[in-house]
Amino acid sequence: MSNLQWPELIIFTILFLLVTVLGFMAARWQRGGGLDHLDEWGLGGRKFGSWITWFLLGGDLYTAYTFVAVPALVFSAGALGLYALPYTIVVYPIVLLPALRMWSVSRVRGYVTPADFVRGRFGSPILALLVAITGIVATMPYIALQLVGLEAVLRTMGINGSGLVGHLPLLIAFVILAFYTYQSGLRAPALIAFVKDILIYIVILVAIIYLPSKLGGWSHIFDVAAKKYDATPAKTDGILLNANNQLQYATWAFGSALALFLYPHSLTSVLASRGRSVIKRNMVALPAYSLVLGLLALLGYVAITAGVKPLTNAATGKPDTNTIIPVLFDGQFSSWFAGIAFAAIGIGALVPAAIMSIAAANLWTRNIYKEYIRKDATPKQEAKQAKLASLVVKLGAVAAIILLDLQYAIDLQLIGGVLILQTLPAVALALYTRWFHRWGLIAGWVVGIGWGLIMLYGIPGANGKQHFGGSALPLGDLSILGWHPFSGSQVQIYVGFVALIGNLVVAAIVTVIARQMKVFNGTDDTNPGDYLADEHDKDLRPIGAAH
Amino acid sequence: MSTVKHDGKVPGKSFNPWYLLLIVPLLVLVTPLFNMDGPRLFGMPFFYWFQFLFVAIGVLSTWIVYMMTRDKPAGDAPDKLSVDDLDEGDAR
Repeated sequence: MSNLQWPELIIFTILFLLVTVLGFMAARWQRGGGLDHLDEWGLGGRKFGSWITWFLLGGDLYTAYTFVAVPALVFSAGALGLYALPYTIVVYPIVLLPALRMWSVSRVRGYVTPADFVRGRFGSPILALLVAITGIVATMPYIALQLVGLEAVLRTMGINGSGLVGHLPLLIAFVILAFYTYQSGLRAPALIAFVKDILIYIVILVAIIYLPSKLGGWSHIFDVAAKKYDATPAKTDGILLNANNQLQYATWAFGSALALFLYPHSLTSVLASRGRSVIKRNMVALPAYSLVLGLLALLGYVAITAGVKPLTNAATGKPDTNTIIPVLFDGQFSSWFAGIAFAAIGIGALVPAAIMSIAAANLWTRNIYKEYIRKDATPKQEAKQAKLASLVVKLGAVAAIILLDLQYAIDLQLIGGVLILQTLPAVALALYTRWFHRWGLIAGWVVGIGWGLIMLYGIPGANGKQHFGGSALPLGDLSILGWHPFSGSQVQIYVGFVALIGNLVVAAIVTVIARQMKVFNGTDDTNPGDYLADEHDKDLRPIGAAH
Repeated sequence: MSTVKHDGKVPGKSFNPWYLLLIVPLLVLVTPLFNMDGPRLFGMPFFYWFQFLFVAIGVLSTWIVYMMTRDKPAGDAPDKLSVDDLDEGDAR
C-alpha cells in the first residue's frame, strides 16, 4: 500500500459517503405502506415514473461491466469488443413488446419475479424452481463482475494490497452497501442511480472530447491501435472483424440482447415502474446510455495510444486488464477529476449490485422459501426473508471474487448469459403462447443448460486455462451427440445461442410427444386480458395486497 | 380482469403493423454491411460510425412505434406533466 493517490481517494470517499447517506435516507422516500411487503421493499411500491425508471434501468443495465470490461476487451481484442454497442442497440426494439406484457400480467396477478409468472402460467412449481435457480445462479457472477470493476478502481488508487488484506476495502464497501439495501430495498439504488448517472455522463463527455484531442485525434488513435494488433501474433484482433469472428460478434450481440431482460434484475426494474407508458418511453430513451457505452468502448483504443499498461494485481500477481480505464484516467486527468471518474465507476458498481441482490433475494423468497419451505409465510415474513437473502447473495459474490481468479471479467457476463438464455422459452415465449408443454420446457431447459455447460467446459482460455476460457465456440468443434456438422470450420459462434437452439428443438419435440400422450399441462392462472392491463384500470389489484 | 378496457379496446387485438418497424434496427447485426475501414468520419472507420448511426436509427424506430401505437390519439400529447408529477406515483 505504498503509493496511495490521496486527492483521488479523498474525492472518491466523499462521494461514496454521500451515496451511503442517500442509501439510508431512501427508506423514507415516497414510502407507501411500510417496507414489510415485497411490493414495497423489492419493487419500490410499483410506482416509479419515467425519470426514476430511466435512471434506475440505466444504472441497472449499464454497469461496471460497461465501464471496465468492455473497454478492456477492446484494448486487447479490438473490434470484437464493440459487440456491446449493437447489443444495446437491438435490445430495446426486441424487448419493448414482451416487457409490456410482462409488466401487465405481473401487475394484475401480483407477480414479483419471472418465476412467479412461470408458476402462474403453467401451474408448475418445478418449472418455476428451475427458472428461479437459473436466475439466482446467473446473477451471482454478474454481481461479482460489479466487484471486479470496483476493485479495479480501488487498486488504481493505490489500495493494491495482497492476500485477504488487499480485498478488505472491497469488503467494507460491500458491507455498507448490504446494510442500506437491507434497510431501504429497491428505493436505495433508485435514488443513488441519479448520482451515478450524472457523474458518468460528466466523465464521459469530458473523456471523449478531451482525450482524443490531447492524443492526436481519432484518426491517429485508430491507426496506432491497428499497428498494435498487426504486430501481435493473434489473428483474432484488429480494428475490424475478420472472417472467423463476424458470426461471433453478431451472436454475442443478439444473444446478450435476448438474455438481458431475462435477468431477474432487469425485470425487477421493469416491474417497479408505474405503467406501460413509462416502459415505452424508457425503451425509446434508454439508448442514450448506449451512446455512452459505445464511446466508452472506444476508450480502449485511446488507452493504447496513451501507452497504458495494465496494473499488476498484488493479490494475484498478474496484470489485470480491467484496470486499463482507471489507469488511463489516472494518467491523463488531473487527480481531482480522476477521483470523480473513479467514484462514477465505483458507484456504478454499487447500483446494479444492489438491484441484482434484491432480484435474487426476491427469487429465493417467492419461488423457493414460500414454495417449498414455508408455504404459509405472511407478506411480512416474505419481506424479512428477502432482506436476509440479499445479504447472503452479496456475501456469495464477495467470496467468488476472493476465491476465483478472473482474468477477463467479461467472460462472467457471457457465461451467465448462456445460463439465463435457457429460460427464454418458459419466460419470454410463454408471454405470447402456451403452445409449449410444461414438460417440454423442462426438458428443453435441461438440455440447454447441460449442453451449454459442456461446451463452455471445453473452451480453453488464452492464458493456459483448460476450461471455461470463454464463450465463443469454433463451429468445427460443434458436436451434436458426436456428429460434427461443420467439421474443420474456424468460424466462431456464441455458445449461449447454440444451446438455446438445442433447448428450443428439444422443447418442441417433447411438447409434441406430451400432447400426443395427452399429459396434463397444468392450469393457466392468467387471462388474455391480463397481458394488456395498464395503470388506471378500474379493477386492478391493490399494491401490497396479500398474494 | 374485465374484457373491455377503459379506452374500449378489446384485449387480444394488440398487433399493429407499426410494430414491424422494430425489425429495422436488427440490421446492425449483419456485420458484412459495415465491416470496413472507409469512408472514415472524423477519423473513425466506417465500422464504428455506422454503428453509432444505428443508435439513432434504433431510437427513431422505437419512438415512431411508441407515437403511433399509443392508446389515445396523438392529440393530447405532448406530456404536460412536470417531472414531479411523472414521478409522484399513482396518486389517484
